[in-house]
Amino acid sequence: MSLRREVRLWLAQRVTAAVLAACVLVHLATIIYAVRGGLSASEILGRTRGDFAWATFYAVFVLAAAVHGAIGLRNILAEWAGWRGGGAEVAMTVFAVFLALLGLRAVAAVFGGGA
Amino acid sequence: MSTALQVRVWRGGKDGAFQAFEVPRRESQTVLDVVTHIQRHIDPTLAYRFACRVGMCGSCAMTVNGRPRWTCRTHVDRVAREGVLELAPLANLPVVRDLVADMREFFDKWARAGGRFVPTATRADPVAAVRPDSKPRREADAAIECIGCGVCYAACDVVAWNPAYLGPAALNRAWTLANDTRDGGRDERLLAVAGDAGCHACHTHMSCTEHCPKGLSPTRSIAGLKRATLRAVLRQAPEDYE
Repeated sequence: MSLRREVRLWLAQRVTAAVLAACVLVHLATIIYAVRGGLSASEILGRTRGDFAWATFYAVFVLAAAVHGAIGLRNILAEWAGWRGGGAEVAMTVFAVFLALLGLRAVAAVFGGGA
Repeated sequence: MSTALQVRVWRGGKDGAFQAFEVPRRESQTVLDVVTHIQRHIDPTLAYRFACRVGMCGSCAMTVNGRPRWTCRTHVDRVAREGVLELAPLANLPVVRDLVADMREFFDKWARAGGRFVPTATRADPVAAVRPDSKPRREADAAIECIGCGVCYAACDVVAWNPAYLGPAALNRAWTLANDTRDGGRDERLLAVAGDAGCHACHTHMSCTEHCPKGLSPTRSIAGLKRATLRAVLRQAPEDYE
């Protein structure tokens, strides 16, 4: 693990944390608004389907969460389980891709209605 | 004030055990006074370290009722719980014997963090002028009074989790030198303190800052190093950091 990569991962986790802070606030506000207004699932989907702004917002949210979560889990595994090195790097990359795919699948569903 | 203090003292090495002693209470008694009383009047085989007795040398730190402290300036009044003291060697370091911890790894990490001043001038050059109100000078001032007692190192969770982690004191030292405008080793030092064993491993728990007997904030120094190394990594040629 090069120093440069280590420092970049650290930076990526800080940047994604800042993105997540904003995304979570918007997400919570949206939930509260939707629930208070008594919107049904189909009404919500009616608003999100075909809306590029919501799709972009949730895609950014998902990608930030995937990157942030995987780096954080990598740190926890290194410090608490002593798992460092190549195997852990591969496993955490797979984990990040898995999280991203799961999330993007959901984004595709609320945007396009398929999945 | 009760007349006697019940003191449990760690005896032996890693697999040792606590031994109970009764020590007379005195006015303005420090924890170091208690240990010294035990060695001089009860059991001369007790091993412990001290030198200056006035909070300058950094050699008398121990675990007192579960917390790392400098014992020469810790009054018994402040730390004894119902007349009981429990004394152990510093955590996160190997035990030599009784209250003596092996400080080698602690100081080796100062060297690994580039804790040595790298001169850029000779004695033939004029004395460097460093303005007391300049930003680097003020940053260095805020961190320079470390006495190397190891209390922060014993208090740090990250040291316990990641044995390679350089620790608060070594990183604090690196930060003072990174702000020394006379020093010529800045780039190598920033390389030495970056990454998994360096400043980026810090979780900002602030245990070091909470426990530092000198009231320093290694957490702040480490945050400074994080910013400085980040700038260096973004600026420098890739091969420097591979």
